[in-house]
Order: sequence, then C-alpha cells, then structure tokens
Amino acid sequence: MSAALSHLTPTQLDVMAIRADFPILSQRVHNKPLVFLDSAASTQKPRAVITAMSHAMETQYANVHRGVHWMSERTTEAYEACRDAVAHLLNAGAREEIVFTRNTTEAINLVAHSFGRTMLKPGDAVVISAMEHHSNIVPWQMLRDAHGIDLRIAPITDAGDLDLIALANMLDDGKVKLVSITHMSNVLGSYTPAAKIAALAHQAGARVLFDGSQAIVHRPVDVRAIDADFYVFTGHKLYGPTGIGVLYAKRELLEAMPPFLGGGDMISSVTFEKSTWARVPHKFEAGTPAILEAIGLHAAINYVQAIGWTAITAHENALVAHASTRLATIDGLHVIGNPADRGGVFSFTMDGAHSHDIATLLDRNGIAVRAGHHCAEPLMHLLGIDSTARASFALYTTHDEIDVLADTLIRIKEFFA
Amino acid sequence: MFDDLASLYQDIVLRHSRTPTHRRTLHSCNAQAQGDNPLCGDRVDVQVNFAADNSIAECAFTAKGCAISIASADMMADAVLGLHPDQVHTLHKNVLALVRTGDTIHAPENLPELRALSGVSEYKSRIKCAILPWAALIAALDGGSHATSEGLTP
Repeated sequence: MSAALSHLTPTQLDVMAIRADFPILSQRVHNKPLVFLDSAASTQKPRAVITAMSHAMETQYANVHRGVHWMSERTTEAYEACRDAVAHLLNAGAREEIVFTRNTTEAINLVAHSFGRTMLKPGDAVVISAMEHHSNIVPWQMLRDAHGIDLRIAPITDAGDLDLIALANMLDDGKVKLVSITHMSNVLGSYTPAAKIAALAHQAGARVLFDGSQAIVHRPVDVRAIDADFYVFTGHKLYGPTGIGVLYAKRELLEAMPPFLGGGDMISSVTFEKSTWARVPHKFEAGTPAILEAIGLHAAINYVQAIGWTAITAHENALVAHASTRLATIDGLHVIGNPADRGGVFSFTMDGAHSHDIATLLDRNGIAVRAGHHCAEPLMHLLGIDSTARASFALYTTHDEIDVLADTLIRIKEFFA
Repeated sequence: MFDDLASLYQDIVLRHSRTPTHRRTLHSCNAQAQGDNPLCGDRVDVQVNFAADNSIAECAFTAKGCAISIASADMMADAVLGLHPDQVHTLHKNVLALVRTGDTIHAPENLPELRALSGVSEYKSRIKCAILPWAALIAALDGGSHATSEGLTP
C-alpha cells in the first residue's frame, strides 16, 4: 500500500493519497483533467498492480504446476498465493474452493455447464432476477434450451430492489434448484440481501449463486456468513487486470461437479482410452492459467485490504449521498431507481437528450461515463427506457468529480433545451 | 464550454434532431426496413413510397436514438426525395465517405445540408449513429427488411 495511508485510522480514506497510487488519473482527456466515472465497467489500476505484474515478468516467470526448475516453482507459489488471498478475501472455508476463470461470465458458464447439466434435471427450475447482467441471463437460457430446465425471473420493486416476497413465492413449488442473483445491480446500484436470499433458497432446497462483480468492489463479502453455494466475481473491476475471474464454490459441489473444459493441468492421468481428473480446484483449470493476472489480482486484493473495508464503505456512502443530492436538484434529470441500499452506481436519463449525446458531451469535458443498455437489455425493457447514462464510483472518486459531473450535466441540459 | 462540439452538433443537426419533419409512420408503404445497433440498442425504422417512375415519393422514419441518428435520418429523408434507387445507392456511398473522412467534398453540391454530418468523423463511436438510417433505407430499397450497424464502422 502507499506510505501516505499509513497514518490514517481505518475509518478515514485519504482520497488524494489514493489517487496518487493510480498513475492514469493524472492523464488529461480532450485537454481536461480525466474524471473517470466508469468504474462499474472496469476500474483503473494502482501502481502496486502494475509493478507486481511487470516485476514478475522481469524477475520470476515460467509456466506453473509443471517444471521442477526454480523459476517454475517460484511462479507456481506466486500463482497459488493468489488463491490464498482470494480465499481470505471471501472468507472461504478452504483454498480449494477457489477456482480461477477468465472472468465472471466464464465462471457462471462453468456453473451452468458443469452443475447445470449434471445436478439439474429437465423440469427443474433456475431463478434469476429482473436486474441481471446478460452474463447471468444468457448461460441459463442456453441451459434451458439445451437441457430443458425452466427459467424463472424474480421481479424487482418500483424502487429497484429485489422483490423478496415474489422470490419466496417462486420457490414454493419446490422445483427451483438454483437461485442465481446479482449481489449488486450494475444498472441500479441496488444491493441484494444475500444472506436472506440464501436462507430462502436453502429452505426451498435450492442452491444459490451470487454474481459479485459489482459488490466485491465496494463491501466486504463473507461467503460463509452469507452461506453462498457459489460466488463469482471478476478481477478487472477490483483494481486488478483483465483476464482473471473467480468462482467460489463449496467444496462438496466442486467435488461432485464434472470438469468444464478439458486439457492440460486439469488431469491426473491421460491414456487414449481414459483420463482421470486432477483434484479440485485444478480439475476446473484446464490449460495454462492467467498466471500474471493472478499475480496482479493478488496485488489488487492486498491494496484494497490495506485500505480496509470500513474506510472504503464510508467513502462510498459519502459519495452516494453527495451524488444523490446533486443529481436530484437537476431539473429534467431522472435517476433510475431508488433502492433501499445503493452502491456507487447511478443510471439516469435526461429530458430532451439521449444518453449517447450526454456521454459525448461529458467526454468532451474529460468525464467518462457509460451510455447504453449496460448489458442489461431485459431490465431496460422492464423500465420502459432504451438506454441510460451511468456514472459509477470507486476508491479514487472525489466529491469534486461529482460536482464537475453535476455542473456539466446542467450545461448539457441547457445545450439541448 | 461546448465550443469544440460545434463540429458534431452543428445547428442544422440540432434543428433536425429537435424538430424532425419526416419522423412519422406511413399508413401504407412500398418498402420498409428496420435498422438496429445491437451494441447500444438504437433502432430506426424507415418506410418508403415510390412514384410511378420508381423515384422516391415519400420517405419517413421512426427511431429511438441519439440526436445524431435522428438528424441523419431526417436529413436523409429530405435528401432522397425524387431520387431513383440507383441514385440513392450513389448518395449512400457519398454519405459513408463523408462521415468516415469528414471531407465535405463527398457532399453533393445540391445537398449542402449534408455537409453538417462531416463533424461526425471526429467521433469514431458515433459514426454508426449517423449511418444506421442509411443502412436501413438501403436494405428497404434492396428488398430486405433488416440492417444492423455491425460492420458499418471499422
């Protein structure tokens, strides 16, 4: 972590010191200071992550789990140390419960294939919510079409919260065998009550998967306290590199599930007649894994944990409160949803201006936001809108940046009036 | 503060996007096609009626999309009136060149308004917004029913 943080108590977050850890934040865009408000799509990287990856390439790199030579052994240690770090981050019961994937999407596809095709029978049902990212919709549609499962959609309330009563009703007939729900919406910012959802699912005899892509960035996640059967997230939203994601699954499930992809590294023995599988988690990690990315993700986790969740959560809550106040005062601007528990994500529309035009005008002032359907087209249809602009926050977001956003939005409103 | 956006949102573009004259649904039409931008969810529906000599007598559109796509669709509906399909194909090629290169030499002299689209070339992610209505119109003229912005931009 940066030395500048060491004097702080755990509840304070020195945002200027943190910004100094992210080299990209000093860039200018269109000759304006970069105001990066697209962190829900991917976060920027602290120097600790950049250096860890380049240092590995410069000093200590070879393929893992194979060589008997020094370089391979050290690299294997570094790769496996990331598994320990992820297990600690999630408070998993064992390091073997952590499987590395390419990203969240691949982790969900792994579960849909491996768990879905063997532990679900035709006629069994999977429940997702109305506010899922495409990554937690399409794999289940593919499973439905290939395997004959029923796919149910738990509704959300007008405020943008998961409708728990409707979810409970959906579980009543006992056919649901998996509930697969986001832990925080990438469009509405709503957190879902994971422990409650897990309890409801387990009561009904269903397993539960949480898409933690957004939530993992903002709050501590304890998979055992939640009692999650599966928990998935991606490294590049947690200040780590692209190309590495995580599947947490209870050991008994991983033991029972067949491999997803076949190839090297996931076998115990291979003959032309038959192959046997490596132990978990290696059974699910076919081929050379994302070695450097694991090293980068480990550095990212260390960076976040050194700052501490108390400080991160307090900072985010302050940003959300400030943005709520500022955006509410802009005439003709509509923030989508008003969830009971919102993380640092605001989607909005503006009378008389399409989200692409808003995003282009913001961009010319150095402000990066996302515009479009945010890979959640069904939610957009449900809300009766075509697209939104979305501002999302991270560790390095400041109150000033939210003010710059709000002031610029007011001028955009005038521009299109 | 939006001075450097003047090239993209020229007055003509803003006028067409705010008060488009051809944004309506025809009761009946000889050809129509839908254009989709799967990446951003924009959609434009273009309808055409032909005169006895096979020139375009009427062109209308409905759309959900940004100022650039609405303005481009409305300017297109103006520009193609009275043109035969082969002339529309030629004009389409010129418009593609115009929005990709920004060189107003590609705007026909008798259609000076189209020059207002030249600024789009500076905004790579917005080029597809400007040409989606044209892709839909060309699909309709070629007997198709659907066009997509995939592959329209490099």
